[in-house]
Amino acid sequence: MTGQHSSEGKRTTMTVTDPTGRRDTGPVVAGARRRPSGAGAPAGAARVARTARKRKKSQFEGGRGYVSEKDWRNPRIRATMTTLHAVLLGLLLLVGIGPILLLAKYAITPTQDIIRTPLAIFPNGVRLENISEAWNDVQISKYFLNTIWLAAGSWFVQMLVATTGGYVLSVLRPAWGKVVNGLVIATLFVPSVVLLVPLYLTILDPPVVGQSLINNFLAVWLPSGASAFNVVLMTRFFDGLPREVFEAARVDGASNFRLFWSVVLPMSKPILGVVSVFATIASWKDFLWPMLVLKDPGMQPLSVRLPAIASQTDLGVFLAALAISTLIPIVFFIAFQRLFLSGAGLGGAVKG
Amino acid sequence: MSASGALRQTGGSAGGGNHDPGSDGPTRRVRRRDPVTWVQRGGLSSLLFALPLLIIFGVFSWWPIVRSVVMSFQKTNLVADPTWVGWKNFEFVLTDPDLPTAILNTLYFALLALVFGYPIPLVTAVLMSSVRRRKGLFSVLAYLPVVVPPVVAVLLWKFFYDGAADGVFNTILSYVGLGPYAWLSSPSLAMPSLVLEATWAAAGGTVIIYLAALLSVPDELYDAAEVDGAGIWRRVWHVSMPQLRGVLLITFILQIIGTVQVFLEPYLFTGGGPANATLTVLLMIYDYAFGRSLGGNYGAATALSVLLATFLAILSLLYFKLTSGWSKS
Repeated sequence: MTGQHSSEGKRTTMTVTDPTGRRDTGPVVAGARRRPSGAGAPAGAARVARTARKRKKSQFEGGRGYVSEKDWRNPRIRATMTTLHAVLLGLLLLVGIGPILLLAKYAITPTQDIIRTPLAIFPNGVRLENISEAWNDVQISKYFLNTIWLAAGSWFVQMLVATTGGYVLSVLRPAWGKVVNGLVIATLFVPSVVLLVPLYLTILDPPVVGQSLINNFLAVWLPSGASAFNVVLMTRFFDGLPREVFEAARVDGASNFRLFWSVVLPMSKPILGVVSVFATIASWKDFLWPMLVLKDPGMQPLSVRLPAIASQTDLGVFLAALAISTLIPIVFFIAFQRLFLSGAGLGGAVKG
Repeated sequence: MSASGALRQTGGSAGGGNHDPGSDGPTRRVRRRDPVTWVQRGGLSSLLFALPLLIIFGVFSWWPIVRSVVMSFQKTNLVADPTWVGWKNFEFVLTDPDLPTAILNTLYFALLALVFGYPIPLVTAVLMSSVRRRKGLFSVLAYLPVVVPPVVAVLLWKFFYDGAADGVFNTILSYVGLGPYAWLSSPSLAMPSLVLEATWAAAGGTVIIYLAALLSVPDELYDAAEVDGAGIWRRVWHVSMPQLRGVLLITFILQIIGTVQVFLEPYLFTGGGPANATLTVLLMIYDYAFGRSLGGNYGAATALSVLLATFLAILSLLYFKLTSGWSKS
């Protein structure tokens, strides 16, 4: 397997250049990248996808671990481990869910009770109006929509850049691809703070457009596409796809576009999912950049509006607004747990 | 013709990646002088496909990076053309009386973040990896805070940190006879308070990284250690930990790089106060460029960000030097 060997070598370099990118963290990418050596010759796209999915499922069900079956049969070890696990579960519940449950409680508690007895459980009943007031009077609904709109646009730009870019760098590989690849990877090393001021000035006076993009969603959408991390993830996933399939498609007369749209993309669903989750979440979290370029309060997303309204809003209503803003990401997370967790380790570099 | 052209094109493209053993041979001809051949071989469509990346990266990444270095040697305002001022911006930044405070605060934040945020996820992950059933539940719980939008987390914790006796944390601590503490308005407690929240918000991600690494440790190693008579503790210490070495180092460096750039917490919690106790380097950069009182000093802002980037680059270089010998984990 000489091919495997040289791609192995390439992967090591990648690890050096991109410490967060996969390696010990992103089983999805790994699934395609290092197919178990026992699998023998690659047997097509379906197999890659399936392997990736299988690894995802078994992600947290490793082997025996450091406690063996024999240990588990030992009553003393068993009791100790069970106690430790119970304590851990208790702490995780307290720390992981505790603050979120408190927030949920505050969202429907009268302000007076929140202030006087923050930990009492509804001493004077609930106040559901907090939520409706936050949604309507504080116009959370509008900021909510802005947030979704920003996330959707950023998602689109990031996907477009990452998929087409990854396709060029991994599949088409023109002579100049290496230079572009190097330039993309180089940006991973530049902390985002360096971009802050010059990017802001670029938005004030963008090339070609001729007018400032301040208070324009494009000011958030377009720069989000310049995520080297997405491109690297995509390129490496495409690298792992079996080349035989591409060649077969070419023999059948598929054009570059056809190959991209009907072969490469359908084979890349796992990584498309991962990058989508990253893109959406990063956009949902972003604060500083939208604050700088969207000065019109009517266009700002929740992350920017919430700190601004904090002081003039009734505490109960404000905490209800916080709860509403948390709801969607949490629902997303519960729904796509596996995607989130398998990509969790990669998250650090998304928006350096 | 079209089929053979396509084949040749694939052959040429695969040459770079060694996926096709035969492609290194004579098929790998690069004969692009003729534009017609170039287009026929897919050169044009390669360029078209690369266009989104080239435009977006060019305008919003590569050019701003270059411009940032250029601007650090210029005086820029939005009205007149920029003028070259040599090292003046750097002089200005380096002699700013707030800079030493900001650097020390930033390092303090990074240090505290390591003290809080490094051992806790590791211990959690090691324990979690030995959970036999419902491991998924544990990881979901650990990761939940990471999903909460950072701004929401900060604002919620700001409320928790209320310094009054009936603030949330003060109420909880009063059950065990502690407090009340002033938290964010106390110069000595403000920074640890920020770090505590930041750790809460980020630790889950690190736990998942460690967990994935732990679960990929080959069982044979544990079996061998057990045969050799190693107990559970020694298996963790002598088998799991060495296997985690690479990951531990990566998270270590990443955490430092991340925490040195901390902005959200000091900006939203305290705005740098009380008495500059939480003023960080990034907050200074922000104030130079966009702050209310100063503001508009783009030269100083870029100069300081270039300095910071250089520092971080040295750090990651050091890290590669350290890891290059044993990056194989």
